[in-house]
Amino acid sequence: MNLFASIRVALVALRVNFLRSALAMLGIIIGVASVIVLVSISEGTKRAVEAQIDSFGASLLIIRPGSSIFGGRRGGAGSASPLTDLDVRAVREEIAGLSGVSGEVRTSVTAVFGGVNWTTSATGVNADYFDARGWIVDEGRAFSAAEDESGRRYAVIGQTLVNELFDGASPVGQSLRVRGQPFEVIGTVEPKGETSWGQDQDDVIFLPLETARSRLGAGVRGPTRDPVQTIYADVSAGEDTDRVIADIQDLLRIRRDIAPGAVDDFSVASLAEFIRARNETENQLGLLLAVGAGIVLLVGGIGIMNIMLVSVTERTREIGLRLAVGAKRRDIRNQFLIESIVLCLIGGGLGLVAGIGGTSVYANVGQLDIAVSPLIVGVAVGASLFVGVFFGLYPAQRASRLNPIDALRFE
Amino acid sequence: MSALIDCRNLTKTYEMGDTTINALAGVSITINQGEYVAVMGASGSGKSTFMNLLGALDTPTSGELQVAGNRLSQLNADALADFRSGSIGFVFQQFNLLPRTPAVENVALPLVYAGVPAAERNRRALARLEQVGLAERSHHHPKQLSGGQQQRVAIARALVNDPAIILADEPTGALDSRTSEEVMAIFDQLNREGITIILVTHEQDVADHAKRQLVFRDGLVVEDRS
Repeated sequence: MNLFASIRVALVALRVNFLRSALAMLGIIIGVASVIVLVSISEGTKRAVEAQIDSFGASLLIIRPGSSIFGGRRGGAGSASPLTDLDVRAVREEIAGLSGVSGEVRTSVTAVFGGVNWTTSATGVNADYFDARGWIVDEGRAFSAAEDESGRRYAVIGQTLVNELFDGASPVGQSLRVRGQPFEVIGTVEPKGETSWGQDQDDVIFLPLETARSRLGAGVRGPTRDPVQTIYADVSAGEDTDRVIADIQDLLRIRRDIAPGAVDDFSVASLAEFIRARNETENQLGLLLAVGAGIVLLVGGIGIMNIMLVSVTERTREIGLRLAVGAKRRDIRNQFLIESIVLCLIGGGLGLVAGIGGTSVYANVGQLDIAVSPLIVGVAVGASLFVGVFFGLYPAQRASRLNPIDALRFE
Repeated sequence: MSALIDCRNLTKTYEMGDTTINALAGVSITINQGEYVAVMGASGSGKSTFMNLLGALDTPTSGELQVAGNRLSQLNADALADFRSGSIGFVFQQFNLLPRTPAVENVALPLVYAGVPAAERNRRALARLEQVGLAERSHHHPKQLSGGQQQRVAIARALVNDPAIILADEPTGALDSRTSEEVMAIFDQLNREGITIILVTHEQDVADHAKRQLVFRDGLVVEDRS
């Protein structure tokens, strides 16, 4: 008996018991649909995390002072002496494999333009900052290295400022006032949107580092000259991030005079690693959900096996007749196996449709960029094929081992 | 000429709980090509068991059985399937047609397992339906046919593989007497064409169509009259 004829026989048999077939499929439909939805959401979340890492600068290192230890008493975070312009220069000049290094100081200010004011973060940075953190100037220009040391009152502003102070009009060449001092807007940067913890990254004014310190007092604390709060260092493509981190640690330990064996009073962290670690729990949750979906599929498979056993029992006389007119055992086995596979593939197909539908509903409601990947579709179809074979084999074997006369006489 | 069917000391025992039932207690008999044999006896006499062994639907407990040149005890499951496909046509009391399947496809079923292509299957099945007088009903489902017509479809199915032997187990058991006569007329005609026919019955007027009558009692042939 050829495959096509077997499939036709299987379809007829499934149609005869339509409701029963549909109920048996339900487990497979739910299983496949939930696998697709859960894996797609998990993939979508992972992509969102990667996009976020990209928006920060995927290869960015963050260097901050840590806690001081004074007479055995440990201070809080940032209590150690600040990093300085000299540290920035040392990292820039002595560490190989970095494509941009910038200090950063921040302070909260109220910016005024015309009759409108807006409280925002004034961020003093070096010229390298924009490249290192992936900020793209979309109008005007950023300031140069010479300008960031000169203390000129230049400002590069984020999209939120453009909207709030300039009502969306071009601000380049305008002058806004911060703490009573005029700053010339020389450029704007492309929007980056919110971070995953809801902070608006575009609500920012970038100023030359020296300007922010001397005019606004940003980051100035204690007697240290030329302090910076944070140093950002961008690792060049293809460089070993761990090696660069180790080099920076060695350099800063010497510069900050830390004895061998003593604990660092600063930290060098990779932002990408930080975000990935933060999302590790979410990944584990995704795995858990996938396992759950797998269990649903398993239960669906048991349902298929159950219904196939019922079908074999019901059609025992038919099996006897087929054996009597010359069917071989493998013909009988294949017939029931194909029936089980057809049942599972139809269920898998319906589950696929439901899963794609469910995913797009979720994506619309959650405003997420989620797509069902072809790989998942392949996995779903493969899984239903596997369930069909795995759970169909035992009933099919049982049917094929019937003794012809016992089967014919079965009541 | 060697016998078409040759059985020597054939036995079949069933275990029913702790009692053993001797369905066949040592039957030795030969049947030649072209014979028309009625197998008779009370229920439980072993006549159906004998038929099932001849058609390889069941295996004997002991003894030798040779049918159409095949020593059945030496064949494996696949070879027995080939034997049933090539040498035997079965007709059952309850017709055993596939429901929801047109007559022509029921008739063609043995050809499916014999590996005959679809167009050829259809041609041969229609020819056999014509032979039993049902050509115009080839696309009716069993439910749309009378009992006698269903049995004629079953006979067409038994014939479609050109078997050496037709084995019919109470072929008129579910039919009224007029329809029985129609069905028996078909068997008579087939026998005249040279096909060996063995039918199990407990009705004397059906058995009278046959040229030889074997009477079973307690698992043994007690009468063999021609």
